[in-house]
Amino acid sequence: MKPFNVFPYDSNIDFMRLRWISLSVAFLLMVVALGGMAVRGFNFSLDFTGGIGVELRYDKTPDVDRVREQLDAAGFHGAQVQNFGAGNDLLVRLQAEGKQEGDADKASSIGDAVAKAASLAGNPAEKRSSSVISAQVGKDLALKGVYAVLFVIIGFLGYISLRFEKKFAVAAIITTLHDVLICAGWFALSGHEFDLNVLAGILSVMGFSINDTIVVFDRVRENFRGMRADPVTVLNKSVNQTLSRTVITSFVAFLTVLALYIYGGDSLRGMAESQMIGIVIGTVSSIFVACPLLTMGFLKVTKQDLMPKARDEEALARRP
Amino acid sequence: MLEYSRWKYLIILLVLALSVLYAVPNAFPQDPAVQVTANRGAKVDAVLQQRVDAALKKAAVPFKSSAIEKDGNLLVRTSSDDAQSKAAEVIRDELGSSYVTALNQASTVPGWMQAVGAKSMSLGLDLRGGVYFLMQVDRQAALSKQFEATAEDIRSTLRDNRIRYTSVESMGGGSVVAKLGIGQDNAKARQLISRDMPTYQVDAVGETITVRIPQAELDKILTDAVQQNIGTLSNRINELGVAEPIIQRQGADRVAVQLPGVQDTAQAKRILGATATLEYRGVIDGNAIEARDSGNIPPEAKLYDSKDIGPDGKPLPVLLNKRVITSGEQLQTASAFFDSQSGTPAVRVRLNNIGGQRMFDYSSEHVGKRMAVVYIERVPEVKMVDGKEVRSTRTSEQVISVAVIQSTLGKEFQTTGLDSMKEASDLALLLRAGALAAPMDFIDERTIGPSLGKENIQRGLTAVAASFGFALLFFLVYYRMFGLITCLALLINLLMVFALMSVLGATMSLPGLAGIALTVGMSVDANVLINERIREELRLGLPPQKAIAEGYDRASGTILDANVTAFLAGLAMAAFGTGPLRGFGITTMLGIATSAYTAVSVSRGIATLIYGGKRKLKSVAI
Repeated sequence: MKPFNVFPYDSNIDFMRLRWISLSVAFLLMVVALGGMAVRGFNFSLDFTGGIGVELRYDKTPDVDRVREQLDAAGFHGAQVQNFGAGNDLLVRLQAEGKQEGDADKASSIGDAVAKAASLAGNPAEKRSSSVISAQVGKDLALKGVYAVLFVIIGFLGYISLRFEKKFAVAAIITTLHDVLICAGWFALSGHEFDLNVLAGILSVMGFSINDTIVVFDRVRENFRGMRADPVTVLNKSVNQTLSRTVITSFVAFLTVLALYIYGGDSLRGMAESQMIGIVIGTVSSIFVACPLLTMGFLKVTKQDLMPKARDEEALARRP
Repeated sequence: MLEYSRWKYLIILLVLALSVLYAVPNAFPQDPAVQVTANRGAKVDAVLQQRVDAALKKAAVPFKSSAIEKDGNLLVRTSSDDAQSKAAEVIRDELGSSYVTALNQASTVPGWMQAVGAKSMSLGLDLRGGVYFLMQVDRQAALSKQFEATAEDIRSTLRDNRIRYTSVESMGGGSVVAKLGIGQDNAKARQLISRDMPTYQVDAVGETITVRIPQAELDKILTDAVQQNIGTLSNRINELGVAEPIIQRQGADRVAVQLPGVQDTAQAKRILGATATLEYRGVIDGNAIEARDSGNIPPEAKLYDSKDIGPDGKPLPVLLNKRVITSGEQLQTASAFFDSQSGTPAVRVRLNNIGGQRMFDYSSEHVGKRMAVVYIERVPEVKMVDGKEVRSTRTSEQVISVAVIQSTLGKEFQTTGLDSMKEASDLALLLRAGALAAPMDFIDERTIGPSLGKENIQRGLTAVAASFGFALLFFLVYYRMFGLITCLALLINLLMVFALMSVLGATMSLPGLAGIALTVGMSVDANVLINERIREELRLGLPPQKAIAEGYDRASGTILDANVTAFLAGLAMAAFGTGPLRGFGITTMLGIATSAYTAVSVSRGIATLIYGGKRKLKSVAI
């Protein structure tokens, strides 16, 4: 029985010939992403900025989903509406423009507007209280983020250096950071809302990206040991050999995220979006960034780098 | 050639059985319930249960059952959220402040399953809602604590500079007044104080120096206290093991806390609101009973009640030094244990450097003297005055132990004299989680609905199912027989992730669920690697069985390398993230670990079952 296959085997695309172009494009994308983050910043959500909490009381038990729709229609986007206690109370939390810590008057007037917008036909809402609420995430999150990235870099560096070679570790880290930066840059440039779920999505891109890169590197290592060819040929061959696997994995992963994006509703859209970009960039970069990096400057790999060290010493010992 | 040993199959079967056992509790629904826990000094028994039952019947509130649980709490199960909050109100009115009445979600998982540790995941705030507490900082207490501290600073400044004073007292209203001894250099004193406290306003008239704390400074003190309390509260919630809480400052002096599906809300409430702490003070020599009866208390001393009851039926008084040697704030760690020497539950504490130094200094100068441990607790009280609820708090200070200092004490020592092991472990938890910078009172408690709409939840669940379905369908079509094996491996993987998350007591939120779908989406990688490798080996001309074995062997190394690195990324998220980030990181790590196992081991076992036995295998459907 012939295997069912859409990707040609024995493909021999010369990815390495394009390496200067692909690396330049990657570098440019990174600069654009960094620029976007520096100039435009992120459109942070309620989780990060804090906002205003309004407690509403209705005559009859209100339909929460209906209230959400009405608030959204009235321009209070991304308001969180929750049942509060039994029966007729609702808690609404939303972002407020230009609010200040302890700005009670502003909270009060916004509370009134919310009550007006949330009133249902024949079931008016009455504002019971409104107050400024702080961000859900502490200020220390940024610092923790830096620690997390440092931890990942040191961890990757250690493990990959041990299993492969230092040059591979550096190339893999650069590739991964490149992917994460571009993904984050997209959110800065598009102005799409950035909440904790998006952050989780972007960080998990790290895992996907490194996974993809390592699989290709693994084949590079295997081929360096088994093939008699110059490094560029070995790299090209390795990318081609793993191409069908790379494309299938990314295709399936992309499919699962696409389902989340299409059917998941507002709450999962941001996360799915960050993942979709991450998967595409991660796949492309493992082919066009990670391997080309191994041919350049101090990252240039040679057969000697990957030969088991013991044999090298034996070979040295045999020399006159 | 293509073989798989018996014991590996045995392990697969064992893993499968355990996964089913620990994943199944998630299928049981939870009852909305009301939990009653005794405060210090009160008891939960059959009499109380009858009282509660009678009160509920009288108020015509329907309830399913009431029972005293193994942990000694009374649990009243109801059939709806509405009945739950009504029942809570009735019980709270009936029992008053000697008991903590809290809303709870009671598990309906059979007892034998719970006995082996099988429990369901709690659903997050977005899916199920949870409990909401609104707490308010006691302004007055926060400020007067600051005034006391300022007074103490002034005292030590004067003492260090050898300026005699008759008194330094906080006067309320934002000022501290120091009265110097006659003939002391008040200009110098004033200068010293303003140097130490540059933001305060310092005035000197005659021998009297008045230090005023400006309003802006008072506001800042309050804001800092609220901020510090939020930190302490999140520590305490972490100690309780609640995942993904929301803690927000609300207005100037309030903190709103939302906890998803907590198992023991009564304990959560007690731990969150508790301000219990320990203080170590030296005992002043003198007749304490006489001092109490005459009201003639030495100026440096303060009168405390001890736990022991004297012959007159009143608690025995103790005279303690006004200066605290060290308190719960200087504490690094605390743990509860049972002290076999004294026969009472005890708390072992370890102080930080400052506290340790102070304890060392004091104890080395006072060997042979006595030292007391004071247990300070703030008890909220609700009284009905003219038909209205009046909330107030009472601070109870009790000497729980007095011991002679036998030798110099260092950073580590223990405190005995606690009533019960539960009290000891609660106190240890509180001490570990830090003291509140200012006492807080509960002003509101509600159950809170899911923060996502029904529609959103439904869509989310559909999406997760769809994304999983997509992956399965693709594999079936693309790899045929091996696709089927891959699908089986993925389903087992899903079951394992569910079981592990339930055992770990994870909180399941919608992003968490999406996280599972994503890890499944990515964990297909291991399967793709194996399947593609088998195809490759087949193309190289290996016989089918050899190709399958080679494919699994060769892909394993790659899977290991790729997964260890991705696991590190998940670990970073779990270790440094909070809320959804942490949940996402944990899901990722679990998903990677289980997918590596199922892809390499389980799917190989299945493949061997299918293809291993055949003598002359001509082709493989891949």
